[in-house]
Amino acid sequence: MAESHGGAKSPAAGAHTEAEGGHGGGFPPFESSTYASQLVWLAIFFVALYVIVSKLALPKVGGAIEARQNKIEGDLAEAQTLKDQSDAALKAYESELASARTRAQAIGNESRDKANAQADAERKALEEQLAAKLAGAEKTIASTRAAAMSNVRGIAAEAAGQIVQQLTGVVPDAASVNAAVDASLKG
Amino acid sequence: MKIDPIHQFNIEPLFTLGHIGNQTIAFTNSSLYMLVAVAIISLLMLASGTQLVPGRLQSVAEISYEFVASTIRSTAGAEGMKFFPLIFSLFMFICVSNLVGIIPYTFTISSHLIVTAALALLVFFTVLIYGVAKNGLKFFSIFVPHGVPGYILPLVMFIEILSFFLRPVSHSVRLFANMLAGHIALKVFAGFVAMLGFSLGALGWVGGVLPLALTVALYALEILVAFLQAYVFAILTCIYLNDAIHPGH
Repeated sequence: MAESHGGAKSPAAGAHTEAEGGHGGGFPPFESSTYASQLVWLAIFFVALYVIVSKLALPKVGGAIEARQNKIEGDLAEAQTLKDQSDAALKAYESELASARTRAQAIGNESRDKANAQADAERKALEEQLAAKLAGAEKTIASTRAAAMSNVRGIAAEAAGQIVQQLTGVVPDAASVNAAVDASLKG
Repeated sequence: MKIDPIHQFNIEPLFTLGHIGNQTIAFTNSSLYMLVAVAIISLLMLASGTQLVPGRLQSVAEISYEFVASTIRSTAGAEGMKFFPLIFSLFMFICVSNLVGIIPYTFTISSHLIVTAALALLVFFTVLIYGVAKNGLKFFSIFVPHGVPGYILPLVMFIEILSFFLRPVSHSVRLFANMLAGHIALKVFAGFVAMLGFSLGALGWVGGVLPLALTVALYALEILVAFLQAYVFAILTCIYLNDAIHPGH
């Protein structure tokens, strides 16, 4: 590249090169006296580079790239497994919920039916009881009324006999009083 | 003022190690920048941590990894991942050394044809040896395209074979020439600024704004080219390797 002594000092530099390199001022790439040195060192350094590259550099860098690739793939696979697991858990939860709901409905229906049946039975028993009590009460009322009616007849007959006695002074015959009372009661 | 756009490509020995035949083996500025590239890549890839949520440095390391891996998968298929370390090393080595080389006063390794040719030949022979070892003689069926009429088949085969053997040439020259030309162009335009200023005084410094703006624009382009040429080198490697892995296609 642009070397400092490329200008004014170049004849001196050329002479210097000639003195040291032993080649005569021609075109450097075609100076055959330098070929052996270049080839020897190229062979040494290129073989050294090849050994370093093939034994150390490429396995190391390739290993790092592969390790990263594996890590990424492993992480993705793990994420997929976890997602599958959570999906499965969600599905299980939903089916559990659905079955619980059905079960709850069944239990609700059953207990409602049972309660209805029990209530029906109780109501029926109560109604029978009440009907029996009602019938008894009606019977009592009827007998009481009959008794009262017969008492009314006796009292009326007695009162009629005493009225007749007070008015006429004659004690009327019980049979005719009773007949007269009966006739007026039938009225 | 004199512009010397070639000087930046000089190979300067830092110390000499020894000789093979009549060739001197020295640790040069080129070797130093190879070491720098290897060190930067190692640091980036190894010191960047392995956290689950990456930091900046780790992100850069992982983006490089994924970028090269997806390039291989899309051009050579899953079987191409066998060559992941090779293609990753090539791409990172070229990309980092190009980007380092674009910093002023540094040296660009891939501006030398010998280096890019060595890398291209490495790919060429990898393809050839792996292709033959895996597919046997069937590998050479890449020279015989399907559905070509018999009378022009020899010509097509000749072109296919020629283009196969010219692959390392185009593969290496493309990278080398791009880096070389880019750096020369930058050097020339940057040199104009100084040259105008020193030769014309105040007027020259004002006039230097234009080449300076051009240098900035070229610099941005060169950053793109530095990355793009590394990518092109890597993707061509994948395409050539695809021939070795699937010769029937």
